[in-house]
Amino acid sequence: MGRAHRGSGRRGRRLRAALCAALIASPLLAACGSETGGITVNVYYSTEENFDQVIAKCDAAAGGRYKIALNVLPRGADDQREQMVRRLAAGDTDMDVLGLDVTWVSEFAEAGWIAEWTGQDKADVEDGTLEGPLATAEWEDKLYAAPKNTNVQLLWYRSDLVPTPPTSWGEMIQQAQQLKSQGKPGNILMTGAQYEGLVVQFSQLTAGAGGKILSDDGTKAVVDDGAVKALAALRDLARSSSASPSLSNAKEDNIRQEFEAGKTAAFELNWPFVYASMGKSNPDLAKVFKWAPYPAIDASKTGTATLGGFNLAVSSYSQHKPEAFEAAKCLRSAENQKFSAINSGVPPTIESVYADPEMAEPYPMRDTILDELKNPAVRPITPAYQNVSTLISTILSPPSDIDPVKTAERLRTELQDALDSKGVLP
Amino acid sequence: MKAVSEGKKAERRLGLWLCAPAALVMIAVTAYPIIYSVWLSLQRYDLRFPAEREFVGLANYVTVLSNSYWWTAFGVTTFITVVSVVIELVLGMALALVMHRTLVARGLIRTVALIPYGIVTVVAAFSWRYAWEDTTGYLAQLFGDSAPLTQRASALAIIILAEVWKTVPFMALLLMAGLALVPEDLLKAASMDGATPWQRFTKVMLPVMKPAILVALLFRTLDAFRIFDNIFVLTSGAQQTGSVSMQTYNNLIRGLNLGVGSTMSVLIFLAVAVIAFLFVKVFGAAAPGNDGGKR
Repeated sequence: MGRAHRGSGRRGRRLRAALCAALIASPLLAACGSETGGITVNVYYSTEENFDQVIAKCDAAAGGRYKIALNVLPRGADDQREQMVRRLAAGDTDMDVLGLDVTWVSEFAEAGWIAEWTGQDKADVEDGTLEGPLATAEWEDKLYAAPKNTNVQLLWYRSDLVPTPPTSWGEMIQQAQQLKSQGKPGNILMTGAQYEGLVVQFSQLTAGAGGKILSDDGTKAVVDDGAVKALAALRDLARSSSASPSLSNAKEDNIRQEFEAGKTAAFELNWPFVYASMGKSNPDLAKVFKWAPYPAIDASKTGTATLGGFNLAVSSYSQHKPEAFEAAKCLRSAENQKFSAINSGVPPTIESVYADPEMAEPYPMRDTILDELKNPAVRPITPAYQNVSTLISTILSPPSDIDPVKTAERLRTELQDALDSKGVLP
Repeated sequence: MKAVSEGKKAERRLGLWLCAPAALVMIAVTAYPIIYSVWLSLQRYDLRFPAEREFVGLANYVTVLSNSYWWTAFGVTTFITVVSVVIELVLGMALALVMHRTLVARGLIRTVALIPYGIVTVVAAFSWRYAWEDTTGYLAQLFGDSAPLTQRASALAIIILAEVWKTVPFMALLLMAGLALVPEDLLKAASMDGATPWQRFTKVMLPVMKPAILVALLFRTLDAFRIFDNIFVLTSGAQQTGSVSMQTYNNLIRGLNLGVGSTMSVLIFLAVAVIAFLFVKVFGAAAPGNDGGKR
């Protein structure tokens, strides 16, 4: 017994020593970051290929007045938002520039976590930036972020199967079913899993039917006739013979892979990143891989698409705001946007970049993108977007179970509760 | 006589003084957060609408308790708790008997059996997820072209499987302590009297082990009711597989709704308290630290 005691005592001492060492070491580690004494602008951004090079360029451009450090956020959008939100809610002063998904700006602005852009900074951002992306950076007529890159979905199709692309949703389903009945690949691939991708489809279909999900000021759940038509359109696709069996579980990357396999699909509704990927993974199919504007329910509104992308905001708790604004402007400058567009495949927010001759090869679809950008369907804008999105994707899943009128009714009541922060998230 | 009680009093006072630091720490780290979350649960407090913070009384409780998402999650949690604890009890008992009776390589067997319990839950959950992922998972492929994590029934089954795999060793360990209480003489006497092995198990071992079994069940039920990490990794609560803890997290951390989120955590706290109360008062489980010595 005595020996056992001594034994555990020694182990206890060793454990204590290790703990003390860790305690002593951790402040040293923390101090490492700031020991240069100068100003460091901390950029928090999601994983984007080659973004470290953009950071390095802007770091050099600062000419030693301050350093720019890139902190890469987790891959998943929810995880990114969560990390920033948790730290901002606690008033963390170590975050300076934040990479926000376009749907988060209103939330962060309303909570008072991001600083308004004013004066010359504001003028610089507004200069030459496309209106649609710019609108995603505004909240209550004030500018809270600088659009870094944007995104729109297109209709991708195989020109060997589809000689002329459909101009409406109904026509697309009809063409697909015709192919199917001839024994050819005739599936329509759509992001139908229970996540944001489904919300994007619903929101662009609603806009393409001239409808609305929320009122313009974001305080009322409208879910009008257009939204009901959009629900019917989603259901029609999900129930048609052209729906992929994995529709209710498909995300962007799943449908990209299915289309690249070249066996089942004739149409794909997806972001432009699929173009470069097709070139690499299936060069033969890439030759007949064409694009068209996103098909709307109302053919006259075809090309109405929801905007994606990222905006750069400056944290309200930043200790180096002037430097942070300057760094953010550099990271989204026309030159750097062109670099990111060519090297990382993210569409620019500054119109003049599209006209650059270097853009022609990696972006043959740039005119279609630009057209859609000028005619955007804005996602519901509200600080409670996260809740709205979670509810929509939950209520719409699986799309084949949609009952347009009843589902719309349910959306109306539950979304209204969410807007009043009375609702419960699933 | 009087001197003795004086001494006892002094001893008791000293005892209280010695307990005081621990009690203070307990109050600081548990009582304060609990009171604070009760206070939050009585407000409309959403971080996205800081200006609209107000005292709303029990309105949040009405909202949550009249909401179908909450009751779905509650049902899922109860289902997972009951099913997994029952399976764990049966398998844990079997494992405990094996470990108790084993003659060769006793240490090795006990160590091996404990490995799942030693693995971090999130790590284990990730390996289950990859194993059941469609097209790439080796376990999913056993069932053909299926995506088991995307169907509610199979996803729940996988969550329970992961939970059971992980905690059977813990259950077995607690039950083995109970087995050690069963006197060898009693078993020998029973077999002399002609009791079959099954009778010895049900009539002799189980009654003697009852306190240990109840404590094991109490611990596991409380744990299982708060299940979070396995679900978070395996399905993140999709297809209505979310537990109440998962839902609280969604409302509190993702949704930033401190009012409704705190209401949920208070409700979970109450549910756990009810479970503990039932076990201790109704089934007579010995409260931890009070080994039934005085019974």
